[in-house]
Parts: sequence; C-alpha cells; structure tokens
Amino acid sequence: MSITIYVPCDSSAVSLGADRVATAIAQEAAKRGLDINLIRNGSRGMYWLEPLVEVATAKGRIAYGPVQTGDVSGLFDAGFTEGGAHTLGLGLTEELDYFKKQQRLTFARIGKTDPSSLTDYIDNDGYRGLKNALAMTQEQIVQAVTDSGLRGRGGAAFPTGIKWKTVLNTASLQKYIICNADEGDSGTFSDRMVMEGDPFVLIEGMTIAGLAVDATQGYIYLRIEYPHAFEVLNAAIATAYQEGYLGENIQGSGKTFNLEVRLGAGAYVCGEETSLMESLEGKRGLVRFKPPLPAISGLFGQPTVVNNVISLASIPVILNKGGDYYRDFGMGRSRGTLPVQLAGNIKRPGLVELGFGLTLRELLYDFGGGAASGRPIRAVQVGGPLGAYLPESQFDTPLDYEAFAAIWAVVGHGGIVVFDDTVNMAEMARYSMEFCKIESCGKCTPCRIGSTRGVEVMDDIINGRNLDKNIPLLRDLCDTLLNGSLCALGGMTPYPVLSALNHFPEDFGINAKATAA
Amino acid sequence: MTESGSTQSTVQEIIAALKDKPGALLPILHGIQDAMGYIPAESVPYIATALSLSRAEVHGVISFYHYFRDTPPGVQTIHLCRAESCQSMGGRKLEEHVKSKLGIDFHETTADGKFSLEPVYCLGNCACSPAMQIGKEIYGRVSADSFDAVINNTEASA
Repeated sequence: MSITIYVPCDSSAVSLGADRVATAIAQEAAKRGLDINLIRNGSRGMYWLEPLVEVATAKGRIAYGPVQTGDVSGLFDAGFTEGGAHTLGLGLTEELDYFKKQQRLTFARIGKTDPSSLTDYIDNDGYRGLKNALAMTQEQIVQAVTDSGLRGRGGAAFPTGIKWKTVLNTASLQKYIICNADEGDSGTFSDRMVMEGDPFVLIEGMTIAGLAVDATQGYIYLRIEYPHAFEVLNAAIATAYQEGYLGENIQGSGKTFNLEVRLGAGAYVCGEETSLMESLEGKRGLVRFKPPLPAISGLFGQPTVVNNVISLASIPVILNKGGDYYRDFGMGRSRGTLPVQLAGNIKRPGLVELGFGLTLRELLYDFGGGAASGRPIRAVQVGGPLGAYLPESQFDTPLDYEAFAAIWAVVGHGGIVVFDDTVNMAEMARYSMEFCKIESCGKCTPCRIGSTRGVEVMDDIINGRNLDKNIPLLRDLCDTLLNGSLCALGGMTPYPVLSALNHFPEDFGINAKATAA
Repeated sequence: MTESGSTQSTVQEIIAALKDKPGALLPILHGIQDAMGYIPAESVPYIATALSLSRAEVHGVISFYHYFRDTPPGVQTIHLCRAESCQSMGGRKLEEHVKSKLGIDFHETTADGKFSLEPVYCLGNCACSPAMQIGKEIYGRVSADSFDAVINNTEASA
C-alpha cells in the first residue's frame, strides 16, 4: 500500500527548504523501492518547525520537523514512513499543544488538505456553504452574514453584513466583488496562507458574495510580492471553471460568477480600498474621497463589495454552519475567530486562530514562547505598520476591537511583531514616518508633506537637537496627520509614532535631556 | 530584426492581447515587464494610443508603482525586506551587509550587471525574518553568511 507523505508548498516553508526536502524524500523513496504518495499541503502554521513533514498512519498524521535534506535518509532508516521514532519526531500533528489549543474555523483545512485538489476540498466540508447559499434568497444570505457578527478582517473591522446589504439594495446592471489581497502589513501572512493553502475557500466565499448581492464579476487584487499565491489561485480558478463552480450556470443554478486575479505593483497604499479600485481601473493608486461609498459607487462607478481575504474565506463556514455558530466564538462585539500571526523576534512564530478575547500575554508567551533571542520582550506592534507599539504593561489587553481602541491601539489584520530589549523605539518611530513618506499616494498634503517633515523632526530628535522644541513639534505634526489625512496611511502613522513616544520616552532622549543638553 | 524592432513587436503583441480587458493598463505593464525586465520608454506611446490615454498618464502610472521600472535590471534582482518584522530580527544589519557585499545602494545595479538591489516592504515571510526574494525564490532567516552563500551560488551558476 502506498504511503502518504506531506511536505508543505507554503512559501515560508519553501523559503526554509521544503522544495528540496520534498525532492529528497521522493528520490530516497525511489532508491529504496518504496511506493509513496507525496502531497504538497499548506502549512500548519507552526513555522519554527518548518519544513514540517507529516506521514499518514493508522493513528493519524505524525509530524517530523524541522526537516532538512540531510535528515531525509536518516528518517527513512528510522522507519518514519510508519511513524518510527526519530529525534525530529513530534508525535501526532494535531496533538501538538500549539495546534490543539486553537479554534480553527477559517483555517480548518489549511495544512491538512492538498490545495490543488478540488476533491480534497469537497471531501473536507468544501462547497457546503455555496450549496446552502444556492437554496437561500439573497436577503437570507446577507442576514446569515449579519447574524455571524463578522467584521472586516483587513483591519477596519466594518460589519461585513451591512456592507453587503448596501450593495444588495443598490440597483445596478453590473456589480462587483473585490477581494483585497494586498496584504502589505509587516507581520501578517494569514491571507497568503489561505491563498496558497486553501484557494478554493476564497473562491467559494467570493462566489457566495456574488450570489448575495447580484455581482457577476469578481477580482482578486493580489500583491506582486506573492508569486506563489498567484500560481495557486490561477490553477484553482481554472479547476473551478472546469468543474462548474465558476462561470455561467454555477452547479446548474443558472447563476453566473466570473473571477480573475489581478496583480498590484508594489504600492502599499493600494491596500486602501479606493486606491485599490483606482489601480484595478488602470490608474495611479490615488485615494478617493468618500462618500460616495464603494458599496454605492465603487469599481468603474458601480456598486462594489470590497472585502479582505480572511473575511471572504470565513463566509463558507458561516453559510455551512450558520451565523449563530460563528457568532458564538469571540467576546463583546468582536465575534468569531481571528487568525493571529505571531512574527518577528519570537521563539514560536506562526498562525494562531482563536475566538477573540485571548490576551497578548497568552499569545506572546503561552503560544509564542517569548523572544527568539531569549531576551525580554520590550515592545510589540499590533496591526501592521500603522498599528501602535505596546509596552509590557499593556500585554494583558484582550484581543478585541473595542479593548484595543480603548488603549489607542488597533487589532488591524491581526499581525503581531515582537521586539526584544535591543530595539530603539525612536528609530522605529522614524521608520514609521519614512514608510509613510515612501508609500504616500501624494493626494493629500498632511500625508505627503507631513511624512517628509516627520522624518526630519525624528532625525533632529534622534540627534538630541532642541528637544524642547522638537518633541512638541512632533506631537503637533502627528495631530495634523491624524485629523487632516484622507486615508489611514497618513491618518494612522501617528499610532506607531506617538505610542513609541508615549510608552518609551527614554528612547527619545526625554529623560536624559538634562545630561544631553 | 533590429533590437528596437523586436522590442516594438513584443510590446505590440502584449498590448493587442490585453487591451480589451477592463482596466487594462496594469496587466499590459506587467506583461511588458515580464517579457523585457522593464518597461522601455519607447513602449509608452504605443500603450497610450491603444488605451486612448496621454503619454503623460501612462508615464504617471509607471512611475507611481514601485515595482515597475524604466531601466533594464541586472541579471538577478534582489528584493530585500526592510519592514518591521525583519528589523526585529536584525534586518538593519543585514541591509548594511548586503549593500557593502554588492557595493551598491537600493535602486542600483552592480557594475558587472549581475545584481540589482530593491527594497521591499514585506514578503509575508514574517515568521521567518529576515527575508528576501531573488526572482520568484523566497528566502527566510537570512543571515550575512547565508546571503553570501546564495550570492556565490547564483554567481557560480550564472
């Protein structure tokens, strides 16, 4: 009987040598005359163990990792194809603490299934949501999404159901569904994992969105930095067309939904929905004034749903198991689960999907195991480059949109970047201004000019020049950016800058002022 | 055929294949850059005519996006991540090392034409920082030593 071995095709696993390991396993098996079925799965999201090789056994899937090519013949010697003992052996994958403690709804299949296989997708609860949706009215689909309490996972946390309802109720001959896959926040990779590890769930989510609001055309706006995701998505879309899950008359329903992937070109601001639509229309990614809302006048002036990858990938489970099922996870007004991404200087980086409500401390230490360097964690940035830096004293904050807002921070797209005590927070504040300067679309003055002035003021502060004048100047500048910018890029750059200043004033020379002067 | 003649026919073919898509400009620019490595200035008038845009509008789009370039790149383009997660794992030091090893700054190409160096703001490989990309290949947990090894390998196989 053939032995099934899994080696992830996820690009982070590949960046650590997974392709070479897969080749070595195939060669070694051939050499030993063993019949193996090598599957390239998505990543389980335990990146310190990648490349994580799994073997299917009667007891379940057994994990070995991190495996390098040099380990392969030894693994065969140890009989790993039957789950034999080896120093890299980790036991049953799904019994690993990090994995077992999670509540995987959106990520239910990722790491388990073969992302290129539609059969595997369907055998593992895939397309059940669409099947239900096809038997429902548009109002019922939108109601299920509203009932689930799902809020936009891209960062803005706007209720998805309300957005869909607006598009449903706006009459037009052509409407669009856009998937915002311009995941540009440092410390985030959950969208990438979905697209590489379970592309059909995104296609299904977008198809349901199309049915719900009467949109027949969808676009996935994917960042150019994700070449692997581009290939996986295109292959999955081609399969879905072939099997009648996309195109005209979806599964004999008479409904139409077409889908195309479009590539961005390295502009962070195109993750802002109006800039993204300008880019899709073939223009410079300049941010638009709102109103009109995209739901009323979006792509090519038509009613458009713009949702993040994770939001859309959460739709199938909601339609399969019901809005109530999803809503029962989470806390307060943050319903459902959030795929948290632990990144940067952390011992056990990876993907942790759980209902809202876990504290940062639990994530950083229970899951993450502290800093990778072994030094104390000094600061974490939550929510990408526009998210606040939090000091240790705020680590007991639960992951919840409102709890974060209350401490002038954001959950954003759920990325957490960890820094140890060697970080200089004034340098990080300068970087935030520099990033805003590089990525500003240039349409509004506070962001375009303010970011350049911000870098200059930070240079003065870092060099200890005239702090009495420059610290208030920095605050004043941040106030202008915060209140005068057209979109979140300029409007939220003050979050990392001011949080760094407020929580780590010593790095800005404020306590040391007397001696510096 | 002359070099500019072949450029022209490549560009014309790409434009003809894509110009009827809604919002065709970015797909066309990607097509040209995929084929030629950059977007030659002489292709701008053809694109403009095909899409009924001004040359200034086309140029404006090319210059807006960091990824599009109007000069030929080196044989290999190294995209080195500068974002926060990579910084938390020594990205700034790595950046210095890369620049001094190659003898160039960001947006430059080595004198022998082998390598171009571009900054990138996140490759989504933040669980394995610091990260870089060469061609379509992504590298994780890059150190000064592993960078040198990759570069020496690439040079040897080039």
